[in-house]
Amino acid sequence: MNWFLDFYRSTVGKKVVMAVTGAMLVLFLVGHMLGNLQVYLGAEAYNHYAEALKALGAGLWAIRLGLLTILVIHLWSSFLLWRTSSNARPVSYRKWTPDASSYASRTMRWTGPIIASYALFHILHLTVGVQQPWFDPHNVYSNVVRGFSNPLLSGIYIVSMLLLVFHLYHGAWSFLQSLGANHPRYNQWRKNFALVVTAAIGLGFIAVPLGVLAGWVK
Amino acid sequence: MNLTLYVWRQKDANDKGRMVQLQASGISEHMSFLEMLDVVNEDLLKKGDEPIAFDHDCREGICGMCGMMVNGKAHGPQDGTCLCQLHMRTFKDGDVLYLEPWRARAFPVIRDLVVDRSAFDRIIQAGGFISVNSGSAQDANAIPIPKENADLAMDAAACIGCGACVAQCPNASAALFVSAKISQLALLPQGQSERHIRVRKMIEQMDREGFGNCTNHGECEAVCPKEISLNNIARMNRDQIVAKVTKAS
Amino acid sequence: MKLDAKIPAGPIAEKWQNAKFSNKLVNPANKRKYTVIVVGSGLAGGAAAATMAELGYKVKCFCYQDSPRRAHSLAAQGGINAAKNYQGDGDSIFRLFYDTVKGGDYRSREANVYRLAEVSNNIIDQCVAQGVPFAREYGGYLDNRSFGGAQVSRTFYARGQTGQQLLLGCYSALSRQIGAGTVEMYTRRDMMDLVLVDGRAEGIIVRNQVTGELEAHAADAVVLATGGYANAFFLSTNAKGCSVSAAWQAYRKGAAFANPCFTQIHPTCIPVSGDYQSKLTLMSESLRNDGRIWVPRKQGDTRAAGDIPESEREYYLEERYPSFGNLVPRDVASRNAKAVCDEGRGVGEGGLGVYLDFADAIERMGEDQVRAKYGNLFHMYQKITDENPYQVPMRIYPALHYTMGGLWVDYNLMSTIDGLFVLGEANFSDHGANRLGASALMQGLADGYFVIPYTIGNYLAAKGAGFAGTDHTEYRAAIEGINDKVNSILSVKGQSSVDEIHRKLGLLMWEHCGMAREEAGLKKALSEMPAIAEEFKTSVNVPGSPGEFNQTLVKALRLADFLEFGELMVRDALERSESCGGHFRLESQTEEGEALRDDENFAHVSAWEYKGAGETPVMHKEPLDFEYVKLTQRSYK
Ligand SMILES: Cc1cc2nc3c(=O)[nH]c(=O)nc-3n(C[C@H](O)[C@H](O)[C@H](O)COP(=O)(O)OP(=O)(O)OC[C@H]3O[C@@H](n4cnc5c(N)ncnc54)[C@H](O)[C@@H]3O)c2cc1C
Ligand code: HEM
Ligand code: HEM
Ligand code: SF4
Ligand code: F3S
Ligand code: FES
Repeated sequence: MNWFLDFYRSTVGKKVVMAVTGAMLVLFLVGHMLGNLQVYLGAEAYNHYAEALKALGAGLWAIRLGLLTILVIHLWSSFLLWRTSSNARPVSYRKWTPDASSYASRTMRWTGPIIASYALFHILHLTVGVQQPWFDPHNVYSNVVRGFSNPLLSGIYIVSMLLLVFHLYHGAWSFLQSLGANHPRYNQWRKNFALVVTAAIGLGFIAVPLGVLAGWVK
Repeated sequence: MNLTLYVWRQKDANDKGRMVQLQASGISEHMSFLEMLDVVNEDLLKKGDEPIAFDHDCREGICGMCGMMVNGKAHGPQDGTCLCQLHMRTFKDGDVLYLEPWRARAFPVIRDLVVDRSAFDRIIQAGGFISVNSGSAQDANAIPIPKENADLAMDAAACIGCGACVAQCPNASAALFVSAKISQLALLPQGQSERHIRVRKMIEQMDREGFGNCTNHGECEAVCPKEISLNNIARMNRDQIVAKVTKAS
Repeated sequence: MKLDAKIPAGPIAEKWQNAKFSNKLVNPANKRKYTVIVVGSGLAGGAAAATMAELGYKVKCFCYQDSPRRAHSLAAQGGINAAKNYQGDGDSIFRLFYDTVKGGDYRSREANVYRLAEVSNNIIDQCVAQGVPFAREYGGYLDNRSFGGAQVSRTFYARGQTGQQLLLGCYSALSRQIGAGTVEMYTRRDMMDLVLVDGRAEGIIVRNQVTGELEAHAADAVVLATGGYANAFFLSTNAKGCSVSAAWQAYRKGAAFANPCFTQIHPTCIPVSGDYQSKLTLMSESLRNDGRIWVPRKQGDTRAAGDIPESEREYYLEERYPSFGNLVPRDVASRNAKAVCDEGRGVGEGGLGVYLDFADAIERMGEDQVRAKYGNLFHMYQKITDENPYQVPMRIYPALHYTMGGLWVDYNLMSTIDGLFVLGEANFSDHGANRLGASALMQGLADGYFVIPYTIGNYLAAKGAGFAGTDHTEYRAAIEGINDKVNSILSVKGQSSVDEIHRKLGLLMWEHCGMAREEAGLKKALSEMPAIAEEFKTSVNVPGSPGEFNQTLVKALRLADFLEFGELMVRDALERSESCGGHFRLESQTEEGEALRDDENFAHVSAWEYKGAGETPVMHKEPLDFEYVKLTQRSYK
């Protein structure tokens, strides 16, 4: 463990931890998105999937705990790195013109926490079912459809997903670079990979509230 | 042509400093950027004012001494070009230029546009070398080096240590500079024995100097006058992972 | 003053071995009792400081830039010679030695040059071991090119940045020692004076550019590796900060200055474009391999190059020197360019330029091939001039580039002051009256890595460890003197800027002590120089105070030394009424206009001794004997 703390003490170490946790979060999202898309298969299939998850019992809690830990590490590292970097330039420029960086890369520190807040909201909304009279922990399908029938709520979801897309647009490329996965011949491929993953996750998630609003999912 | 300059003036490290408006008149488009500043300075001298301090030496884009932010871009608007190699034809009559020093905690301002970059030297001193004493080397052709690696090492070795990467990076990170040296030596057979100690020590020193951390913005590569590639940063990360995860100390 | 070159006994190939064997040694455990000051962190100084520290000496190293990595050695583009004979084309140590003595027009010391050739191979080994990324062939072995008219391929290179890569290698070795605490590095320091105690060089005074403080440093010996003085001409290919100051201070303390008039002018630089110009940029000599040099036959022809028909162009080098053509040596190419421009046939703004045309090469090899070979140079040219050399011919003009003259040193690189050693471009040693391409890098590294570490031991062992501290009166007197000098410059607050005065000096030198020199012109320069020096004393404008970061003051202090030095250079040029190498006296030429040596009267080194301010210096001669090389008249017809 000693070597790890030593590694984590360096900026490169923290950055690698960001990348690993970020990549795990992406994996979770891919799975979660695929699960959610089953909403298009109808109430039975979707509820079946939800039940299967719940049937994991203690396993589910293990996964939840794992996810939470990962998120906390990701967040804490990002905070430490943010602090290092903001200390690194005590006097800022009167004028600074961006060149190669993207809007997405420059807003990572905003999109990250917003997504985390969203997740909290989202858990309260669909897992716990706070303040929703119709909430039925055994009919996840109806919870989803009813929830998203509210355009305001769907709007919040869609906007949050767009921010997520921003975070991932930089993140999915960035984690490869941070882990040193880089080769001149594959670098374009790396960008394409990021684009595809990001687009897939974004579209996959948005498809749910959109489907409800559009009446494809009832 | 005539230009309006807003120049950072700061008498010494303790002075707070401020932007000062100056006029540059009668500038020829064939002048280099530094020659334009020479002209402005001669004007200031004639008026009894103190000239703007800025670092420079070779004026041919190789020593790495020059550099400042020109309208928020390190070394000015032209890609792959040092400030001393930038010519005034890049600008047009009436332009307004903001000139600021490199800004980073690790690069304190000495005066006006001059900063102290000795942090870079200390990083190299921490490990940016191959430990071979004079006279103890074997024949130069004893180890063939694949041309591809030699060329990549040369690409990385072209860094002139100007500090533009740090200046432009939103995090004030020195990743590009440090990784360029690490890469050069990691790509050559001579550099292998110390490869992992080197990366560890150099990164330690980089952090100690108070540079920020890299979040892969890519600004550094874009302004680097020698077009040092981001691939080097990835290589540095990789080596640091290997160094930490697989090596005993 | 006695000039004893201390050349070791024995046949030339054994001299260096003999010297190393008979030199006294400092016991490894005792080395740390000795402190050595090294001024300069270029190839010569950096290599010396690193190597001496590796051996165990305590070293203090100084440079005027903010980092030792920026010494002007890094501007060298072309390459570095070594007698490796990797190409199997008949090269050898003897051939490199022979070529260098011949190339120097027989005005260098055989023994030194032989040693240079001998250690040249170790340099390449050392640099490769340090990680210098020299160019390689596909098989992975080192590539060579032929350079500067050499008949063999012996030049090692790293793209167009050989000097940079060698210096960074040297800087890494130095950094390793700084990190280990064996070298104390002092940056942004200008050497202001050399301090002698009991006739021995024991210390220096430097000015800290950031605080303005004068700092005294004492040691067992002082090594100067402060580069060349081409900036006496204001415009040159040297970095803005290069100066004669360190060498000049040593001269004023009794070190003989040898052959100050031996300067090299490089034929392929980008011409001056206006009077704001601050610096001249070199284009690699390799361009002459494929470019054709010409000017219009008609005077004052203002047509664009493309509108001038073939019959109205004069390819003057090809016509005058049919066998070498565009590849004649640097001095011949330079002088001819000046001659055609003096006839009013120069091209470009101001008429000081000739065409270097690649149209034929592009037709012959195709644009892609030309791009592959010269792409980066073309790119650099286009960046500076905004002209596309693939479409219009380049314009080039000669510029001051290198100075062969420097402080006189013996075989051990010690000057006429005990304990003061001089390395690299700052000494006069190995290049005679003309330096061959790719030989300066070799000399700097040879001096630093392989010569001084041995020879300094001999001096130190004989002297024993120990030196007076910096509270010795000599230090206090030196500091007082510098304070006076600084204050007198700052108190003028006149109308002329430092650059204006420097430009005047430069123009005068270029006019009369540049590519072609003659008695009348040199005398004129000598008579006009005092007025410029007077202008400096009475109306220079240096603002600010001594105790701050004051770049104008730094420049002014350097100019003050150039003003005194310029006179010595002209005096030397006047004295040497022969032509040799880069020193061309109009009075001494063959019927074809070639430099004509006078071996009878001038086969010597002219070493000048300082006699006090305002006094005429005295010239001493070190005769040059040639045992191994046959003196011949150069001919490139
Ligand atoms: C544009 C150009 C291209 C060249 N190309 C080639 C080439 O291809 N091949 C070749 O062999 N040679 C070439 N040369 C020549 C060669 O580069 C130099 O002669 C050589 O590098 C000089 O090395 P040096 O160590 O003696 O001096 P420098 O590298 O000039 O170092 C001088 C050092 O002394 C310090 N210094 C000077 N004055 C003071 C002072 N007063 N106080 C404190 N410190 C001081 C400086 O800070 C610096 O560290 C070229 C030269 C130029 C200008
Ligand atoms: C708690 C909320 C979050 C915060 C504060 C946050 C913050 C950050 C920050 C600051 C980075 C910076 C690294 C960079 O710019 O490259 C980053 C990278 C990343 N984030 Fe997040 N993030 C959060 C949530 C998430 C989530 C939920 C995911 C996954 C879906 C994620 C995936 C990633 C990825 C893949 C990276 C790239 C890692 C790298 O550059 O090596 N983040 N995050
Ligand atoms: C619009 C798209 C989304 C839909 C329809 C959706 C749907 C759901 C549903 C129905 C649940 C509850 C499952 C249950 O209680 O059985 C849930 C849980 C969860 N969702 Fe989402 N989700 C979406 C997007 C997201 C996003 C973008 C994130 C992450 C940033 C996320 C993170 C979570 C988390 C952490 C849980 C809690 C899991 C648990 O119970 O342990 N979801 N989601
Ligand atoms: S990496 Fe580029 S920008 Fe950074 S110091 Fe080196 S040359 Fe300058
Ligand atoms: S701009 Fe900065 S964030 Fe990294 S990629 Fe370059 S160092
Ligand atoms: S002055 Fe040397 S790089 Fe610009």
